[in-house]
Amino acid sequence: MGEIGEAAATALRLLRSADPELFAIVALSLEVSLTATGLAAAIGLPLGALLAVARFPGRGALVLLVDAGLGLPPVVVGLLVYLLLSRAGPLGELGLLFTPTAMVIAQTILVTPIVAALARRAVADLLEDYHEHLTSLGLRPLAAVPVLLFDARYRLATACLAGFGRAAAEVGAILIVGGNIRDHTRTMTTAIALETSKGALEQALALGFVLILVVLAVNLAAAGLSTMARRIEG
Amino acid sequence: MIGRLTAARAEPGPLLPLEVEGLVVEAGGRRLLDGLSFTLRPQRCTVILGPNGAGKSLLLRVLHGLVPPDRGVLRWAEPDPDRRRLGQAFVFQKPVLLRRSVCGDLAVALAARDVPRRERRARIAEAVALAGLEGFERRAARSLSGGEQQRLALARAWALRPQLLFLDEPTASLDPAATRMVEAIVRDLAARGVTIVMSTHDLGQARRLAEEVLFLYGGRLVEAGDAGTFFAHPASVAARAFLEGELLA
Amino acid sequence: MRVAAIFGLILAWGATAFAAEGSRGTLLLASTTSAENSGLLAHLLPRFEAASGIRVKVVAVGTGQALKLGERGDADLLLLHDPPNEAAFLARGFGLERREVMANDFVLVGPRADPAGIRGGRDAVAALAAIAARKAPFLSRGDESGTHALERALWRRAGIDPTRAGGWYRETGSGMGATLNTAAGLAAYTLADRASWVTFRNRRDLEILVEGDPALLNVYSLVLVSPIRHPHVRIAEARAFADWLGGPEGQAAIAAFAIDGRPLFRPIARPPGGS
Repeated sequence: MGEIGEAAATALRLLRSADPELFAIVALSLEVSLTATGLAAAIGLPLGALLAVARFPGRGALVLLVDAGLGLPPVVVGLLVYLLLSRAGPLGELGLLFTPTAMVIAQTILVTPIVAALARRAVADLLEDYHEHLTSLGLRPLAAVPVLLFDARYRLATACLAGFGRAAAEVGAILIVGGNIRDHTRTMTTAIALETSKGALEQALALGFVLILVVLAVNLAAAGLSTMARRIEG
Repeated sequence: MIGRLTAARAEPGPLLPLEVEGLVVEAGGRRLLDGLSFTLRPQRCTVILGPNGAGKSLLLRVLHGLVPPDRGVLRWAEPDPDRRRLGQAFVFQKPVLLRRSVCGDLAVALAARDVPRRERRARIAEAVALAGLEGFERRAARSLSGGEQQRLALARAWALRPQLLFLDEPTASLDPAATRMVEAIVRDLAARGVTIVMSTHDLGQARRLAEEVLFLYGGRLVEAGDAGTFFAHPASVAARAFLEGELLA
Repeated sequence: MRVAAIFGLILAWGATAFAAEGSRGTLLLASTTSAENSGLLAHLLPRFEAASGIRVKVVAVGTGQALKLGERGDADLLLLHDPPNEAAFLARGFGLERREVMANDFVLVGPRADPAGIRGGRDAVAALAAIAARKAPFLSRGDESGTHALERALWRRAGIDPTRAGGWYRETGSGMGATLNTAAGLAAYTLADRASWVTFRNRRDLEILVEGDPALLNVYSLVLVSPIRHPHVRIAEARAFADWLGGPEGQAAIAAFAIDGRPLFRPIARPPGGS
């Protein structure tokens, strides 16, 4: 318990000291994870809705693939993206390896199935409720997607937050494709991994507490926005 | 956005009369609707009467095109199915309301039916007034009370300007006061020339509203015809038992 | 329509927000973890960057992975400590040249209780033989790192194949830090480079038991990735860094790097023209 208490104290000290390196790391973590979540939402929400409403050959396989994507091991995704972006790989010309962009790509791949799978379930549940009404109105399911996405908005927001949580907590993929380069691709989680490897467990745990606080802050902000949205909606 | 995704439609011609012949719906080897034949005439309030499990809701869904029949013919005056749908609306026993405000819910229905944007505002105001929900326009539709929700669903159906309105046990879960308000709206709509087809197992309600009766029992159409005649002189044993409260309603 | 617009905006932002910075004046160095984790590079790089205007980005990995990065053209310059594999890398045409820049030593660490009784010895091979004889727990990096390569060479010299020896020999498959963390937890012996050991802070019961054997010499070299294989490699910047680190300024900076008043690396670059 002593060590954990020490780590909490160190975390507070780190935050109070307004260490610019720490803030740069926090900012990069947020930037990468939020961008990846945004991209994953842009792909995953329509994809999830499509899988919920449309019937086409191969849909079952795609659903299975997306659901299985929930368990994608970050390290494997990291390796795949590394092999793609490596100079010797098909996209090597772009020179994206060991950049924040590479980290965004890896995390987008990790987060998209989460958003898509949760969105599919949310929209499917809603469709079950709405189906007869929408049919009665003469709305075909595909045409109803905008209605369904809007009406499932709170569960979809939760899906995006779950995706963000996965991105923010993830280290395996971004360590491989980002390289944990100081002042360039070092995030909260790769910094934690680094401090752990130095045996600086207290420092590592302190950074961990800061990470938890940051994730908490993002969730609080989302909850606040949602409350505001409900109030406006009346 | 929604409107543009659906095909542009012309106004439907008269839907009714509808002649139904030999209608059969089966499930799991059981006949849920067993050889129904009858005619729906325009401008009347037809009540489908019968105990639970008689097939009342199913019949409404088949007539509205939500469930395809296994056998039988439905001969409508309007041959085009898309136009036919435009002339109909359906109110479910448990109202399906969107996760939006009262106005938002109404707006989606109007947009889905390609009601021109400039006309929607007036129709929404009219529907809100019909449901007696003035001042609740911005409230979340699903936060309304049961009676208010059912009134909103009725008003929403009216906003679509149907020739033919299906009501599936619209007051089944409402208290007497809410039931009276819903019945008042139904009478109001009938007075505006809407053909009403509703199911109920509430005898009192049937007596108050029905001009025509279809009495279903065990998936069969046992009696059909003028409401006054039906209530005064039921021809079948089942109908007599039902009217005397001996069949479980 | 609106959805498509938002989608496009997010895509555009994602693509531009992190547009790769201008490649001129930067250099990607794949370094063995000990040089980075000990703080040596943090000590050296600002000095080099001030002198040259070249920004060095460091990816700290094991020597095996660093060699792989060089082979695929993902790094411009490698800082390693595995002479045999470095020679092989050059022989296969992936490296342009290799310069020895500094050295220190490996140490054999283990639990204070020292069940194999190796404390104070100066013969690493004999110490390993004693550990094997007692079947005392030993942790191997098992990750193709420089440390792992030397450890295997020592076992070979002891005439023992520990991978077939049973449960006392375990491979962590991890970096030096993770392996030391595990050794501390399991009270096991392990081989560590001195820089990682000195800067490691979770020692618990572990201490140095054997050191000073010439076989434990740890030589660090810079290897320039060949621009013949990978034309995009920033050879000018890589050479500038190698020249600086091997030159008087860099060598002095290496010598000046100390932890708790004790230097961690010994500069060993031969004077220019001396090769």
